[in-house]
Amino acid sequence: MTGYLGSYATLGLLLLAGALVFVAAFGANRVLRPSRPADTPGKWENYECGLDPVGGDWAQVQVRYYVYAYLYVLFAVESVFIFPWAVVFDRPGFGTAAVVEMGIFVGLLALGLLYAWRKRVLRWS
Amino acid sequence: MQLTTLAEAVSFTSPSGVLSSFWLLIAIPLVSAAILLLLGRRADRWGHLLGVASVGAAFVLGLVYFISLSGLDNKELSLNLFRFMPVGDLKVDVGLLYDPLSAMFVLLITGVGFLIHVYAVGYMEHDPGRRRFFGYFNLFVAAMLLLVLGNNYVMLYVGWEGVGLASYLLISFWYLRPSAATAGKKAFIMNRVGDAGFVIGIFLLFATLGTVQYDEVFNNISKLSAGTVTAVGLLLLIGACGKSGQFPLQAWLPDAMEGPTPVSALIHAATMVTAGVYLVARSHPIFDASETAKTVVVCIGALTLLIGCVIGCAKDDIKRVLAWSTVSQIGYMFLAVGLGGAAYALGLIHLLAHGFFKAGLFLGAGSVMHGMNDQTDIRRFGGLRRYMPITWATTGLGYLALIGIPPLSGFFSKEPIIVSAYHHEGWLGWVLGTAALLGSGLTAFYMTRLFVLTFHGPKRWTDDVKHPHESPKIMTIPLVLLAVGSVAAGGLLATSVPDWLTPVFGEQVEHGENWLVTGLTILVTLGGVGLAWVLFSKGTAPQEAPAGPVVTAARNNLYADAFNEAVFEMPGKYLTRALVYLDNRGIDGLVNGLAAAVGGGSGRLRRAQTGFVRSYALSILGGALLVVAAMLAVTLG
Amino acid sequence: MSPVLALVPLAEESVPAETFQLPQIDYAALAPMLILFGVACVGILVEAAFRRFPRARIQLPLALLGALAALVVVIMTAGKRTITAGGAITIDGPALFLQGSILVLGIVALLLIGERTLERGGAFVAQAAVTANTEADRSQAATSEGASEVFPLSMFALGGMMLFSTANDLLTMFVALEVFSLPLYLLCALARRRRLLSQEAALKYFLLGSFASAFFLFGVAMIYGFAGRVDFSGIDQAVVGSAASPLLLYIGLALLVIGLLFKAAAVPFHVWTPDVYQGAPTPITALMAACTKVAAFGGLLRVLYVAFGRSQWDFQPVIGTVAVLTMIVGAVLAVTQTDIKRLLAYSSIANAGYLLIGVVALNKEGLSSSLFYLVAYGFTVLAAFGVVTLVRDADGEATHLSRWAGLGRRSPLLAGVFTFILLAFAGIPLTSGFTAKFGVFAAGVEGGQTWLVIAGVVSSAILAFPYLRVVVLMWLSEPSESTPAVSIPGALTSAALMIGTVATLVLGVVPTVLLPIATRAAEFIR
Repeated sequence: MTGYLGSYATLGLLLLAGALVFVAAFGANRVLRPSRPADTPGKWENYECGLDPVGGDWAQVQVRYYVYAYLYVLFAVESVFIFPWAVVFDRPGFGTAAVVEMGIFVGLLALGLLYAWRKRVLRWS
Repeated sequence: MQLTTLAEAVSFTSPSGVLSSFWLLIAIPLVSAAILLLLGRRADRWGHLLGVASVGAAFVLGLVYFISLSGLDNKELSLNLFRFMPVGDLKVDVGLLYDPLSAMFVLLITGVGFLIHVYAVGYMEHDPGRRRFFGYFNLFVAAMLLLVLGNNYVMLYVGWEGVGLASYLLISFWYLRPSAATAGKKAFIMNRVGDAGFVIGIFLLFATLGTVQYDEVFNNISKLSAGTVTAVGLLLLIGACGKSGQFPLQAWLPDAMEGPTPVSALIHAATMVTAGVYLVARSHPIFDASETAKTVVVCIGALTLLIGCVIGCAKDDIKRVLAWSTVSQIGYMFLAVGLGGAAYALGLIHLLAHGFFKAGLFLGAGSVMHGMNDQTDIRRFGGLRRYMPITWATTGLGYLALIGIPPLSGFFSKEPIIVSAYHHEGWLGWVLGTAALLGSGLTAFYMTRLFVLTFHGPKRWTDDVKHPHESPKIMTIPLVLLAVGSVAAGGLLATSVPDWLTPVFGEQVEHGENWLVTGLTILVTLGGVGLAWVLFSKGTAPQEAPAGPVVTAARNNLYADAFNEAVFEMPGKYLTRALVYLDNRGIDGLVNGLAAAVGGGSGRLRRAQTGFVRSYALSILGGALLVVAAMLAVTLG
Repeated sequence: MSPVLALVPLAEESVPAETFQLPQIDYAALAPMLILFGVACVGILVEAAFRRFPRARIQLPLALLGALAALVVVIMTAGKRTITAGGAITIDGPALFLQGSILVLGIVALLLIGERTLERGGAFVAQAAVTANTEADRSQAATSEGASEVFPLSMFALGGMMLFSTANDLLTMFVALEVFSLPLYLLCALARRRRLLSQEAALKYFLLGSFASAFFLFGVAMIYGFAGRVDFSGIDQAVVGSAASPLLLYIGLALLVIGLLFKAAAVPFHVWTPDVYQGAPTPITALMAACTKVAAFGGLLRVLYVAFGRSQWDFQPVIGTVAVLTMIVGAVLAVTQTDIKRLLAYSSIANAGYLLIGVVALNKEGLSSSLFYLVAYGFTVLAAFGVVTLVRDADGEATHLSRWAGLGRRSPLLAGVFTFILLAFAGIPLTSGFTAKFGVFAAGVEGGQTWLVIAGVVSSAILAFPYLRVVVLMWLSEPSESTPAVSIPGALTSAALMIGTVATLVLGVVPTVLLPIATRAAEFIR
């Protein structure tokens, strides 16, 4: 296991060992298990207990809350940034620049809100 | 033989002033071609005018540059535009060279080209594809200018392929005619054979010298072994033979006459087919360094000039006779440039003079065809002098110039070649000289036959020809100008060109006059004329007459096609069949197997692309595990 | 963005509040990104303020102007080399080159996005939320004006890509990754036709993209654990000097790279590519294939060259293997594709493999040739998808290959252009495909990665087959009844096609117009 690429041999051995264990396990299973295939009713059901599935697996659901969820995230993110800002903004060396920057940040979020409002997603219909 | 040029180092200087813009020569026709071909039908109404104007502008520029160049001390100007591709050691510049040799070619190409463009406006008037025609024609002019203006072999090759392409497009211009399409293909394939040799020659130059720039190649040629130089020379010669219709690649040129007549005049008589001569002249340091290569050049020249003459005597199609005559005249030029020394200039003089009178002859033939319902069989003409006086006069002057009657240009250009041939050392000089002499007699014979059968003697027209007429002015004016050129150019060229070309070929020792040979040449020529006059002034049988073996052989192009078929095509076919068999069984098995493996693998792998996000995520996860494991194995293992 | 950037140092080190300084911000250096984000915000205002009809008329010129202005600023600041915004942003040669490339390619993609003559109302759906295959969906597909939100979204995506390729620490990089990914997820869902396919593509892209982002973030955490820093120069020092367990470094690096390779569509993280490229609206596919690739490789190059350059012996073999897999699998899978968009998707995967050669080479040539490759490939792929938008029938684009049979007879010009583009993909000389491939292969040999170059040449040979199959199909097959008519391209698509094709030709014939710029730009600063 020396040399630059020699370390790959370890990887190769590892993969080989993994494959061997896998083959050994399934081989042992195959050799040891009794082979009596049965076809009892219910064997091929999805669940062997509970209700039988009914209908197809493709259905569309209208999600009405997603817009509200988005807007919540918007303001949650906003407050995450405003709290640390509120702690430091009046310290020396910050001042106007910090206020203006936060103004821009809040302004951008307000822009999102404006857009949502104009698109009439704030109305429950 | 004087090999005076060898020792001198070639050095190019950068152009200044007006001359620094000489790339415009190529750019103008190229842009015009692009406009004509890209705009499509929108340019139909004015396209031909643009085509003519662009070549005219290039001619005017060419004159300006020519005059500026003649005032300079160092007449070899090299202009590097940009580096095309630096690949390893191979540095190929897009660079141009303007020296006396290129300047001369530029004037020939744009001058004669301009006249033929003007002529073509009339000739192609009723053709719906006229705009396309002028587009290709401009493309040809641009490519030909690139060919003569490049400053390295790769640029030369780009132009070389460009003119080949334009030639192919123009030969098969009437592509609905099967014969035109076939002729185009034949020209293309035979040129490819030559080009292959040319390309290998360039590779060989690069492999041995590490450069393809003219100056670097020529200055270092003495460092190569004699065998290498000979090999390079012969490979370049193969390319030259292909392009210029020299033995053994001559068969495509006469078939190329399927194209419109202006094409035959410009491409297949005046300019493109002389590219081989240009190549040999441009590469003169290589040929000067190898006596063997030069000997092969002169032998090919002499052989081809005879082949051309003999076949020319037996053809009845006016354009084919002229085509074989072109083959033969280029043979003279090869002979001259192969002789080397002072004969380089002679070959180029003949090239220029030939450019004028052969273009004039072809245009004259086109004019005759124009008036005779596009017929080409000279046995079906006769007595046209009264109906087409201008065509008669101009063709007549071209004809006299071609056969070398003093004081027309052919005399000044061809006779010195014959003299130089006799001056070649040893018995070879006698053989070459005699071949050239004989050729001039044969030339006189078949050209007289052509001229007499067309314009004199009884009318042998087919029934559908009622009123032959003279062509319109736009066609006759170029004819007249070319005729003036054929008359006047000879003496002028013979005296001025050798001096003009001194910077290219170096000082040469003239052989002086040899009145015996001159007299003999005139005598043989007059003999040929007289014999033809006696035989054909009463006309000829309109149909094919039984003939002896020589005539039959000549009518069949000296069996060149059959020869090609037997020697190249049949073994090729058998080889192909054998290879196909091998290929099917062996290589295809392998390749198909590989292809099937790839296809099968692709099909298998495709199934992994199930479309389920869960499988995709699993694949990404598996990949991630492997990458992490591999990283750890590499570093910690 | 600036407050977010300003606060990054908080996460970086636990600095006491007293020493916490307001970072210096070089606004001139950030101007291109600020312009793009500003224009995007204005775009949202336009969305909110105007009625549906004039919006689309305003948005396209607005977006184009913004991108052009940003491009001008990038060109004006061409010589600038600085690290600004508290060490969050690097403006150096590669950064400026990548920004310029993203903008130029983005402008061409915007032309495709803005095309409205091919289909009534443009290539985008009006209401993405309408249930697919219902009456309402069909009627809006037929008549409604398309959503004009695509322009602000594209601008956000382009801005994010630029931020991504200039980020100087892993957190900024992650933010940028999300900034350009989220708009792309949305844009994928906005195809006017084949709504289900489009929505499926968007959802897949979103889910898998989030999955890959998680890998990236996990990697960032590991690296932070190892180095105690997230900025690239800090990581660079820590690689040789840190006392922490190198296990963290290697796991972190692997996870980080996985996140990036996902965006770059390298095997085995490529699985989303064909489905998403096929489902997304074709102009958006073009945007992703050209610009996202630039950004992804820009980020990858910066991370590997700047932050982890000193542990190159550890990752070169692994990424090299990924490159080989990418080239071979992409090429092999392209062989059996029957849909032109999927074919181009697999070709883009294989191209990612060629680009990885330049990345793994880890030398100056590798960097400059990768930069050149990105631009060359971007132009070609934009033109390719531009052609795809034109071949259409009553049901929208006809992307199945059988429908392209005999296209050369119907519209030789378009088929000629497409043939040229395919030849460029196949790497035929005199096209940019040749010069670009030649560059990365040469860099690979230079960097001692000859085995990758061999794999690259083999896969190019395999890949030539599917391309030529399309060429043969277009020219040598008889047109059938179902061969669609080719739409006359509008001015915008024509312009995009022309720019793409001419660039492919020019970069193939005269690569020296761009190569020296790429070579000069190819130097990172730490």
